[in-house]
Amino acid sequence: MKLNGAEILIDCLQQEGVKHIFGYPGGATLHIYDALEAQEEIIHVLVRHEQGAAHAADGYARTSGKPGVVLVTSGPGITNAVTGIATANMDSIPMVVISGQVPSPLIGNDAFQEVDAVGITRSCVKHNFLVKDISEVAITVKKAFHIATTGRPGPVVIDIPKDVTINQMELEEYPETVKMRSYKPTTKASNRQIKKAAELIANSQRPILYSGGGSVIGNASKELREFTRLLGFPITQTLMGLGAYPGTDELSIGMLGMHGTYEANMAMHDSDCVVAIGARFDDRITGNLAKFCPSAKFIHIDIDPSQISKNVVADIPIVGQTKQVLQALIEELKDEKLADISKWWSQINTWREVDSLAYRKKSGVIKPQTVIEVLYEVTKGEAIVTSDVGQHQMWAAQYYLFDEPRRWINSGGLGTMGFGLPAAMGAKIAMPDKDVVCVTGEGSIQMMLQELSTMLQYKTPVKIVNLNNRYLGMVRQWQEFFYEKRYAMSYMDALPDFVKLAESYGHLGILVENEADLKPALVEALKQKDRTVFVDIITDPNENVFPMIPAGGAHCDMLLAGRDDMISKDETDFNAV
Amino acid sequence: MRHIISVVLENETGALSRVSGLFSQRGFNIESLTVAQTNDPSLSRMTIVSSGDDRVLEQIVKQLNKLIEVVKVSDLTSQDHIERDLMLVKISPTKKDNFDLKQLVDVFSCKIVDVTDKTYTIEISGKTKKINAFLDAFDPASILEVSRTGVTGISRGKKLI
Repeated sequence: MKLNGAEILIDCLQQEGVKHIFGYPGGATLHIYDALEAQEEIIHVLVRHEQGAAHAADGYARTSGKPGVVLVTSGPGITNAVTGIATANMDSIPMVVISGQVPSPLIGNDAFQEVDAVGITRSCVKHNFLVKDISEVAITVKKAFHIATTGRPGPVVIDIPKDVTINQMELEEYPETVKMRSYKPTTKASNRQIKKAAELIANSQRPILYSGGGSVIGNASKELREFTRLLGFPITQTLMGLGAYPGTDELSIGMLGMHGTYEANMAMHDSDCVVAIGARFDDRITGNLAKFCPSAKFIHIDIDPSQISKNVVADIPIVGQTKQVLQALIEELKDEKLADISKWWSQINTWREVDSLAYRKKSGVIKPQTVIEVLYEVTKGEAIVTSDVGQHQMWAAQYYLFDEPRRWINSGGLGTMGFGLPAAMGAKIAMPDKDVVCVTGEGSIQMMLQELSTMLQYKTPVKIVNLNNRYLGMVRQWQEFFYEKRYAMSYMDALPDFVKLAESYGHLGILVENEADLKPALVEALKQKDRTVFVDIITDPNENVFPMIPAGGAHCDMLLAGRDDMISKDETDFNAV
Repeated sequence: MRHIISVVLENETGALSRVSGLFSQRGFNIESLTVAQTNDPSLSRMTIVSSGDDRVLEQIVKQLNKLIEVVKVSDLTSQDHIERDLMLVKISPTKKDNFDLKQLVDVFSCKIVDVTDKTYTIEISGKTKKINAFLDAFDPASILEVSRTGVTGISRGKKLI
C-alpha cells in the first residue's frame, strides 16, 4: 500500500504510542493535518499560540514521564515554539517537535514562511533533523523518540519539508529499535566509583544529600527515599527536584540555593560531604562559587558526563542513571557502619529553629505566603502545581510541601514567564483525574492568556491562583534591594479585570480582596470539578521572598525576613560540629 | 594551553555547524579548524586547535562527545602525535629580502609551485612554528597572500583514535 509522507509520519507516531499532539496548523503542515484528521488514535489539541503548544507538551511530559509531542508549521510556527523548546531543553524534558518546512526546492530561497528551523533551534535542542526524503521519515521519527527519551532527556526537532509529506512510497515496517554508532548514552556506573563513594559517605561527619531534577526525571524517587532513610542523612532538594523526597519528612531540610531555607544553605556551607544526585550545581544553587561549601568533598551522580566538574570539581564523579546508582549505593552501604552524625543533626536543628520561612501577617492585606499555605491545606498537598516565573514561583516552592515527584511543574532552568498556564493544561490532559493548580502572577499570566480559550475547547479544568500584587515582584524586589528602590518598569498599570476576562473565555472568575474570603474562594474553586476557575487574589505589593542569598554571596550570607542585616556565621554556633 | 582535538563525526550536512556552534555558544576558542571526509565516506574527521586550561579542555571534550553526531573525540596533545599545517603563500620579494629564495626553500624543505614575472607561490607544510618561521624570514611587505589549512594531526605508532 502506498502512503504519502504525512500518512507515514502519523503512522510512526501511532506506533510510538503517542496519544496527544499539541499544535497549530499552517501551510507547510496541511498534509500532516489531513492525515491526522483521517485517524482517531491521536488527539490533537489546537492551542492558540505555538509557544503554548510547546509548554503544554512540556507539562504533559513532566507529569506523565512520556515524551510530549508538538506539531507546528514553518516560519513563525517554529520560531514561536522556540521559547518552549528552550524551556524543555534547560530542564531536560523529553519532547519531539515536528515542524513543517517549505518544499525542498524552495529551501534557501527566502520563500514565504521560511526560516532555517534546524539552524535556529540547534543550540536549544538535544538534537534536530531535516528530513530530506520520504524514505527517511520513519527512521528519523524512531531516532527522535530514542534520543529525546534516553540518557539525559531533551527536546528533538524534526523539520519536514512539505514535498516530503506529499510524496508517496510503500509503507515499510516501523523499526522497533534503532542503533546509532555515535549515540550511546552511558547508563552503567563504575563499580569502583560506587565503592569509593560508599566509603566517603560512611565516614563523613557532616554529610548532606543534595538532590535535583535528575531524581524526578530519572524516576528515582523510591530509591532516593530508601537511600536517605538508610543513611539518616539530611536531604535538601533543588527547585527542580522537589517532591522526589517528601517535603514533609523530618529528614528533609527544604530547598537550597538563592531562596532556600536557612538550614539547607547553612548545612551545605558547613558540610564535609555533599552527595549531589541528579543536580548540576546551577548558579542559583551555588551562589558565589569561590565561597561554596568550603570544607566539603563532592560526590556527583549525573547521567550527563558534561555536568560533572563543570561548575564544581567532583572528588568522586559517578556517571549513571540516578535510579541505578542509588540502588548500587544502597547495596554497598546497607550493612556498613556509618559515622555518628547526631551532633550534626543537633546543629541542623538549631538552624531549623531560626524558622527562616516565618513571615509576619499584616491586617488588611493578604500575604502571598498565606495563599500558598491555604492552597496546600485545601488541596491536602496532593495537587499538581504548575507555576510561572517570579516571586510566586518561589513562594509556591517554599510553602507547598511536595510529597511526590512530578507534582511540581515549573520552568527552573530557563525561567520562562508564561509557562504555567499551558503547562497546567498539558498536565491536566496527562492526568485528568488530578487537581491541577496554576500558581501565577498578574505579569506571567498575561504572557499566555490566550490558552484560556484552548482550555475551554478541550475541557481541561485547571485552577488558576493569581497572586496579583500589581508588580513584577521579583524585579521590584531586586530594585528595592540593589537599585535604591528605583522601580523601573516593574509596576503594572492598566491591568485587566481578571474575573471578567475569565468569564469572557467561558470560565469562572473569583476576586479575593480579603483574607477572610481566601479559603472559601479556593474551596469553591476546587469544588468546580468541570470548570476552569480563575482566582484573582490581591496580595501585599511590598512582600519580598526570603531567605535570599544576594548575588555574589555565600550560603551563610542570607538575608532573612524582618532582619535588616545579613545573618553572618558569627551569630550562629557553627563550631558545634 | 594549546590543545589539538581530533573529532570523528558522521559525514552529514549540519554536523560542522553543530561543532562550530558549540564552540561559540559556550565561549570556547578556536584557533583553527580543519575538516574532510575520511577513508570511510560516512565519516568526517575534524581537527580543532583550541586553548584553555585542563578544566576547559575537559568541558570541550565532554561537550563534543555530547553532540549526537560525534563518534569519537581525542586530545592529541596528551599523547605522542604528529601535527602538520599546510600553507600556500604568494610572495613578491623586495630589496630587503637579500637572500636566495631557492636556498631558503631548500632550508625549509618546501616547494615553489608557481612562478610569474613578479611573484612566487610556495607550498610549505610542517608544524605551525616552522611555517611561522618561514613567513618571518620575509619582509612583511613582500608577502602578498597567505592561505593556510590549519593544523591536522594523527597519533604516533599503532594507537588509533
